[in-house]
Amino acid sequence: MDDLVVQALSGLASASSLFLVASGLTVIFGVTRVVNFAHGSLYMLGAYVAWSLVTHGVFAFAGPFWQFWGGILGAAVVTAAIGAVIEVLLLRRIYRAPELFQLLATFGVVLVVQDVALWAWGAQDLLGPRAPMLRGAVRILGLRFPLYELFLIAVGPLVLAGLWLLFHRTRFGVLVRAATADREMVAALGVNQALLFTGVFALGAGLAGLGGALQLPRESVNLHMDLSTITEAFVVVVVGGLGSLTGAFLAALLIGELSAFGILILPKITLVLVFLVMAVVLVVRPYGLLGRAPQGLHASSGPPDPLLLPAPRALRQLGAVVLALLVGSAWVLPDYELSVLTEILVALLFAASLHFIMGPGGLASFGHAAYFGAGAYAAALLVQHAAAPMWAGMLLAPFAAGLLGLVFGWFCVRLSGVYAAMLTLAFAQIAWSTAFQWVEVTGGDNGILGVWPDAWAQPKPVFYLLALVLCVGGAMLLRRIVWAPFGAALRAGRDSPLRAEAIGIDTFRTRWMAFAISAAFAGVAGSVFAYAKGSVFPTYLGISRSVDALLMVLLGGVQTLSGPLLGAVALTGLQEQLMRGTDHWRLLLGATIILLVVFFPQGLAGAARAAWEKRA
Amino acid sequence: MTVLAVEHLAKSWGGVQAVAGVSFSLAAGEVLALIGPNGAGKSTCFNMLNGQVRPDSGRVLLAGRDITGMAPRHVFRLGVGRTFQITATFGAMSVRENVQVALLSQARGLGGLWRPMAGQKAAEAEALLDRVGMLEQAARPCGVLAYGDLKRVELAVALANTPRLLLMDEPTAGMAPAERIALMALTARLAKEGGIGVLFTEHDMDVVFAHADRIIVLDRGQLIAEGAPQEVRADPRVREVYLGTGATAGGH
Repeated sequence: MDDLVVQALSGLASASSLFLVASGLTVIFGVTRVVNFAHGSLYMLGAYVAWSLVTHGVFAFAGPFWQFWGGILGAAVVTAAIGAVIEVLLLRRIYRAPELFQLLATFGVVLVVQDVALWAWGAQDLLGPRAPMLRGAVRILGLRFPLYELFLIAVGPLVLAGLWLLFHRTRFGVLVRAATADREMVAALGVNQALLFTGVFALGAGLAGLGGALQLPRESVNLHMDLSTITEAFVVVVVGGLGSLTGAFLAALLIGELSAFGILILPKITLVLVFLVMAVVLVVRPYGLLGRAPQGLHASSGPPDPLLLPAPRALRQLGAVVLALLVGSAWVLPDYELSVLTEILVALLFAASLHFIMGPGGLASFGHAAYFGAGAYAAALLVQHAAAPMWAGMLLAPFAAGLLGLVFGWFCVRLSGVYAAMLTLAFAQIAWSTAFQWVEVTGGDNGILGVWPDAWAQPKPVFYLLALVLCVGGAMLLRRIVWAPFGAALRAGRDSPLRAEAIGIDTFRTRWMAFAISAAFAGVAGSVFAYAKGSVFPTYLGISRSVDALLMVLLGGVQTLSGPLLGAVALTGLQEQLMRGTDHWRLLLGATIILLVVFFPQGLAGAARAAWEKRA
Repeated sequence: MTVLAVEHLAKSWGGVQAVAGVSFSLAAGEVLALIGPNGAGKSTCFNMLNGQVRPDSGRVLLAGRDITGMAPRHVFRLGVGRTFQITATFGAMSVRENVQVALLSQARGLGGLWRPMAGQKAAEAEALLDRVGMLEQAARPCGVLAYGDLKRVELAVALANTPRLLLMDEPTAGMAPAERIALMALTARLAKEGGIGVLFTEHDMDVVFAHADRIIVLDRGQLIAEGAPQEVRADPRVREVYLGTGATAGGH
C-alpha cells in the first residue's frame, strides 16, 4: 500500500514533466496548425543548455541558488529564442504547405539538432548537479521520497495556472485563443499574424526548454532525449485533444500514472501500454479527451491537388530505359552493389505502398513499418517453425500483412489528418512491442535468423532479379489500381466524402480496403527484405522505418505517382552516400530535407513535373 | 404518379425547431420550388430527404417506399440525385472523371482493380456533359472551375443515375442571371422528358416563378403556403413573411 502511494507520487512528477513539453506542443499546434516534430529536440536543447549554464557557473556571481535556478530559467529563454529563430527562418515560409510537409520540415530540424548537439556536447551522457535547497528527501508513509520530485509535482499545475492567466488576462493570450478558434478571422481583423506566430512558437519552445532543463537533477542528459520525448508528448497531446491545454494536462496525468503503475502490474506490456491507451482513447473519442473535430482545417491548406495525369511519353521511355539498365545490372554489377540495389528496390515498393494510402487515399500512415514487418515476420516464422520453402513465405507475407491491415485499418480509416496518423503510429508501436517482448515466438531483440532463400535463388544476381520482378511489378500493380475504378473511388472519397456518399460510394469501405491493399504490398516488400538479409528483427517494425517511408513519399512528392519511387531512390541513395562519406550525415540529410521542403514544396517529382509543363 | 411524399417531417437542433411537421408531395415530371426566408428550415428539410440528416419524426416516401433515415449512398441507389448548396465535387479529378465515377457507381463498377477507368463510361459521361454544356471543359480539373460551371458539373453528376427524383439545393447560386435561366430551363426540360421529379430551393425569385410548376413556402419550420406560382405570389401570408420584407425579384 505504502509503495503504491510513492509510486503514484512519482507518476505525478513524470506527469508534470510530460505536461511541460506537451503544453508547448499543443499551443503551437492550436495556433499555427504545425505539428512540431522538433519539439523533443527543443526539450533536449533545454537540458543541454541548462547543463552548460549551470556547470560553467554563468550565474555563479549571484550565489549558488541563482547559479542553478538562473541556469534553468536561462535555458528556457535560450530555447525560446532558438524556437523564434526556427519559426522566422523556416516555418514562416511553409505555413501554406500541406500539414505533412511542415512535419517533414520539422523532422529535418530534428536531424540537424541531433548533429549540432553531438558536435557541441559530445556523445557521452552528461550528469547535472542537484538543485539547491531541494537535495534531500522527505519521508512519506515511512518511505523516502525525493524533495525535487515533490517540487516537480507542483510545477505542472503552476504552469497550467500561469498559462491560463496568460491566455485569459493578457491581450497576447486572447489573440492566441482567438487564433486557435479561427485564424482566418484573426488575420482578417488586422492582427499581425507573423508576430503572433513567432510569439507562440517561442512560448512553446520555451516551455519545452524549461521541461528539459528541469530534468537536469533527475536524469542524465543524452542524445536520445529528443525522440523518446516527442513520442510521449505526441501521445499526451493527441489523447488530450490537439490544441487543448486542459486536455493535455489530464492526458499527462493519465499517461504519467499509467506508466508508473504499469511497471508494477503489467511489466510484460509496459512498452505497449501507453500506445494501447492512446488507441483506445482515439477509438472511443476520435478527437481526444477534450478535443473538438477540426473545422476547415484542410480548406485553406494550399491550392487543390493537381490532376493525376498519365505519364508523358518521355517519362515512359525513361522508365523503360531505367528498367532495362536494372535488368542488365544483374549480369554486370558485383554482389555488393546488387545487394544495395536490392535494398533500393525494397524501399521502392515500400514507399509505393505507403503512397497508395497516403496520396490517393488521403490518409497519412505513420506506422507503415508494421505491415512491412508483418510480411517479414510471417515469412520468417514460417521458415523457422515449418521449414517452409521461400515461395511459401513470400506467398504468405502479403496475406499476413493484409490481414493485419484489415484489423488495424478498421480503426484507423475512421479518423483523418493528424489523429489518423497518430493512431497508425500507436498500432505500429503495439506491433513492434509484440515482436520485441514476445520472446518465445519472435526471439525478441535477437530476431529470427536463417531466413535464407531457396538454393536456386541463393546467388545474388538471381535473388536480385527476383526482387526486381516482385518490387517493380508490385509498384506497377499499385499504379494500375490507382487508375482503375477502385482507385478513382478512393480519390473521390478523399476529395469530397459528401459527394462520394451522395453518389453511392461507401467511403469507409473503400478506404478500408485500400488500407489493406497498401498493407499487403508493404508485406511483400518486407518478405523480400527478410530473405535478402537472411534475418528479421523488431526494428523492421520500428518508428524509424515508418519515418523512412514517409520521408521517401514526401521527398518524392505525394501528388504524383512517380514521386515515391524517386523519393525511395533519393533517400536510400542519399543515406548510403552520406553515411559512408561523412560523420555528420544527419546534419546534411536534415539540411537537405529542409531545403527541399522550402524550395520544392511539391516534392522532387512535383518540381520536375512543374518544370516539364513549363517547358511544354 | 407521386415520386416523393413527405409526411409530418420534424427536426430540432438543440432547442430550435428547424422543421416542424412538414408534409408535401411531388409528382413525376413536376418541378417544385421550396422557398422561404433565411433560417426557415429549407436546408434541414432538404438534408433529411436524402438521408444526410436523420429526422426526429415523420416519414419520407420515395415512390411509396419508406426511405426515412436511410444513408445517402443507399438513397442514391434508389434513384435520387442531388446537388449541394456549396458545391461538392472531386477537385483533383477532371470533369469527365467526376461524371464517370458517378456512372460507374450506378453500374456497381467501382470495385474494378485492373481495367483503367479512362476507357469506361467515357462516352456516356461526355453525353451528360454535353447536355449541361460542359463538354468543352471535360478535361479540366474541377478544382479550378468557376463556381457556375461547378454547378453544372454537379447537375451532370446528379443525372448519372437516371434519377426519378432530383434534389437541388440552390442550383443557380453563383451564376450570371442569363446562365441561371438557361440552367433551370434545361432542368425543367429534363424533368418533363424523363419524368423526373425536381425539388429545388432558390433565392432568386425570377428563377422560381419562371420555372417552378408549384411552390411551397416554409417559414420558421412550418409550411405556410402551397400552390401554383400565381397563387403563392398573391398569398398575403407569403407576402408578409417573405416578399414583403424587401426580398424582391432578383435579390438574395
